[in-house]
Amino acid sequence: MEIKADTTVCIGAGMCALTAPQVFDQSEDEGTVVLLQKVPSQELEEAARRAVTLCPSGAISIV
Amino acid sequence: MSDVTFPIARQRPLDPPDEATELRQRAAMHRMTYADGHRGWLVTGYSAARAILAHPHFSNRAEVSHPPIPGRFERLRTKTPPGFFIRADAPEHTRYRKLLTGQFTVRRMKALEPRIEEITNACLDDMAAAGGPVDLVQAFALPIPSLVICELLGVPYADREQFQEDTKLLVNLETKAEESIAALGRSMAYLAGLIKRKREEPADDLLSGLIEGGELDDEELTGVGFLLLVAGHETTANMLGLGTYALLTNPDQLAAMRDDPSVVDNGVEELLRYLTIVHLGPVRTALEDVEIEGTTIRAGESATIHLPSVNRDAERFPGGDRLDLARPATGHMTFGHGIHQCLGQQLARTEMRIAYPALLRRFPGLRLAVTPEEVPMRSDMSIYGVHRLPVTW
Repeated sequence: MEIKADTTVCIGAGMCALTAPQVFDQSEDEGTVVLLQKVPSQELEEAARRAVTLCPSGAISIV
Repeated sequence: MSDVTFPIARQRPLDPPDEATELRQRAAMHRMTYADGHRGWLVTGYSAARAILAHPHFSNRAEVSHPPIPGRFERLRTKTPPGFFIRADAPEHTRYRKLLTGQFTVRRMKALEPRIEEITNACLDDMAAAGGPVDLVQAFALPIPSLVICELLGVPYADREQFQEDTKLLVNLETKAEESIAALGRSMAYLAGLIKRKREEPADDLLSGLIEGGELDDEELTGVGFLLLVAGHETTANMLGLGTYALLTNPDQLAAMRDDPSVVDNGVEELLRYLTIVHLGPVRTALEDVEIEGTTIRAGESATIHLPSVNRDAERFPGGDRLDLARPATGHMTFGHGIHQCLGQQLARTEMRIAYPALLRRFPGLRLAVTPEEVPMRSDMSIYGVHRLPVTW
């Protein structure tokens, strides 16, 4: 499983960083998504998947 | 069958109107006659609502939107003030949002926890000193988010009385047009004066930071400041008041929130879902013909999302008419969905995750000082909640 993030679409709602903090963070200045693990380790896959579903702007997706 | 009209009256204080539930059980979208005679839509189904809110061809601009009810929504149709980014579409909206999102990240809100705990404890100390009964709205639900947003923005808390009064007028559905224009004018004049003072004497706060950033002119800063101040007041305050009412009338859920720290985070999501204080919208208008779940919404037609109904959709939340702090509640649409999803949602979560358990642990004997039926509900306000919550312990 590989994650793709698009900061141009991101609105910084923070749902990803809230749901899967080991996979996603937010940048200091704009609050947009920062990918910590492009390929989440197996135990984090479910949380990463949930974060993708919860993202309000479609900024993160599974490749 | 004749069209639906809005708003629809509730039968029970914590449930969506029965008519909205019946509509949702029949279909996700319904024809609705708007206050100006427009034939638009009412959306009661979860997945249709989500599709509309995420769709780039739906606009949130006041100029193209129709008012589902007379009054507040109608007034919004005329002239959107500069900086009112919630009523802008991309890319204009994106420009404002990107200047603000860095201030409301999960990490920044986590850093506020110690201060929010202090503020919460100070309110609880005052309550304990005063002794019951007290109005929990005035003693707890309103001052906590009000103090937090004032400190964050750099608004002197001592100035709160006038803008709290004006905010109340602005969200009251029965306020006359001229009264609400005057209230908006007073609030904007207050913010404009504050921005001017901050330009001369910057401090370590959000508004000073925005001024220093140099991206926004004073009119825009005034609009942005107004939105943040109102949003920081009316929302969490009503969640704390109505949430406590819901817990007091569901004692097993109250006990879980009080006694089991592992319940708190998800319990807050469930209260957000179950209570859905944004009860009269949002409204979006199609800029082009868009097909949603097999139904075409034509260009120019407005769609009003019935959020309380959407958040009870059994297809998304089985058994959703029951308050259950342990259910998987994330994915609720109380903060909206799409590019306008609430900017301050991580602040609201942080405040609620601290405030509910702190209140219930400090006063384990907390109870209503009146019957549940005597608690006045905010059916007349654009944000739902309780007007007053007399409690004792």
